Amino acid sequence: MIKHHEPGPFHPASAMDFLPPEQLRDIQFNRLKDMVQWAYDNVGLFRKRMMGLTLTPADLKSLDDIVKLPFTVKTDLRDAYPFGLFASSMREIVRFHASSGTTGKPIVVAYTQEDVNDWARAMVRSFAACGVHAGDIIQNAYGYGLFTGGLGAHYGAEAIGASVIPISGGNTDRQIMVMKDFGVTAICCTPSYFLHLIERAAELGVDLKELPLRTGVLGAEPWTESMRQRIETESGIKAYDIYGLSEIVGPGVAMECLHQTGPHIFEDMFYPEIIDPQTGQPLPDGSEGELVLTTLCKRAMPMIRYRTRDITSLAADWCPCGRTLRRICRISRRSDDMLIIRGVNLYPSQIEAALLKVEGTLPHYQIIVDREKGLDTLEVQVEVTPEVFSDTVGGMERLQARLTHSIMSITGLHADVRLVAPRTLQRSEGKAKRVLDKRQM
Amino acid sequence: MKVNQLSVFLENQPGALSAPCRLLAEAGINIQTFALADTQQFGILRLIVPEWQKAKELLEKNGFVVRVTEVVALEVPDRPGGLLALLEVIEQARVNVEYVYAFTAKQDNQGLMLFRFDNPDAAIRALQANQINIVGTVGLFKRMGT
Repeated sequence: MIKHHEPGPFHPASAMDFLPPEQLRDIQFNRLKDMVQWAYDNVGLFRKRMMGLTLTPADLKSLDDIVKLPFTVKTDLRDAYPFGLFASSMREIVRFHASSGTTGKPIVVAYTQEDVNDWARAMVRSFAACGVHAGDIIQNAYGYGLFTGGLGAHYGAEAIGASVIPISGGNTDRQIMVMKDFGVTAICCTPSYFLHLIERAAELGVDLKELPLRTGVLGAEPWTESMRQRIETESGIKAYDIYGLSEIVGPGVAMECLHQTGPHIFEDMFYPEIIDPQTGQPLPDGSEGELVLTTLCKRAMPMIRYRTRDITSLAADWCPCGRTLRRICRISRRSDDMLIIRGVNLYPSQIEAALLKVEGTLPHYQIIVDREKGLDTLEVQVEVTPEVFSDTVGGMERLQARLTHSIMSITGLHADVRLVAPRTLQRSEGKAKRVLDKRQM
Repeated sequence: MKVNQLSVFLENQPGALSAPCRLLAEAGINIQTFALADTQQFGILRLIVPEWQKAKELLEKNGFVVRVTEVVALEVPDRPGGLLALLEVIEQARVNVEYVYAFTAKQDNQGLMLFRFDNPDAAIRALQANQINIVGTVGLFKRMGT
């Protein structure tokens, strides 16, 4: 089957992608001033920090003055659990989402109706950028629920006028049946899950190259150019990288255009900076450093200079699509220890919290991440201590079940818990190597 | 009345079983009987040895996780129905049997079995009331000839 990859009809929401740079900067500066005032007036932590620096919103005289503002970090969201960073009243909040925190509690984010509409518009611009339009049949395999991926993509897909299948994640055989029988033309899922779909489809005798599926909006985890090549060769689709994070809004912070040169940031809504992660100093476009994002429109939970911990660089050079939005270069690594497993964020400290909850003390453990047939696997090896050792097999199996359950309830992920003999896991001076990531990207 | 059994955690890997056996052999400790409960990933080795404290210390010093459990050694008539009569007493007393294993030695047509009960004291009371012979530690090792 010949698959056509075309721009599709121009969508009015995309007009913001092509603004002349001076106009874009004007809009960004005006929005930033409003946002800083809004956060100053309504978010206690931000106002306290500004006062600590003897700053007021009036001290922002240009976009460059953004570097005077204090950063926001993940632990701020953790410490504010659940609602400490909200700027709007509960009556104005129409949606909650949550994502993995570093401890046993999740990070909670919130949206007013306007925030939800803005988010949908960012997703419309994302779909439009890669040629998805009204008339497309979209299979949304991102997880629906507290995760921002499912509902985020869904609202955007409906808003652009496409026909949306809210299939969520899992049940691969059913995903393939639907893809085939519904004549799906575009899919939203993680890149590793798409690889898994390709493999399973082959086992079922389904050749994705023969289906009308032509576009993949893939994200929620890092992926390499060679993975993209493999996906495109084996399925005939064009696979586009979408970037986002719940703390900022969800998916739709940045999205690749048809030319696949790296996701364009919708910087009229999300202002990007690159900083040196050690010193916090700003770095120019083209330099590699930590991505910092500021929301320019969000009301319920504004984020000022949020340190994402993603290490990347910004490209400001011309893109053939004509968009004047800077692009994020492929994210190579993080500056913290966060893992992404099947699109879900995981901190080793969450595993520690889970083990501690069951055993009362922290045993030696190791997290082993691998990938089988495209699907990420998570194993947690736990050393048996005299305190938890039971003389019955049933007792040990119950321990294993309690550990698995505890990990699931804190992280949302199923882990294979393997009990191992004492002193078999690596010890070291200082911080032990707790994570073994065997995935070859 | 009760016998102290050692349980040792073993990963299900080649060499896992011989490691504790080697330690005990080199220390001159004789295993009277043992049982090995297995799962796909790990096993629990249950040991009856004469000097259980010495054996426990030795194993723990060498990195093993060891637990001491009280089990009850019972004489079981070596004829059809011998075990059944005993089990009926236990069931009547509403005691649960977690696991059982046997000694190979036999004496006067009596087999010797070790029972791990969920409530050993209730089991012992019921057994004594039914004149079933409970073999204590001293009697046990007299039989073994140690």
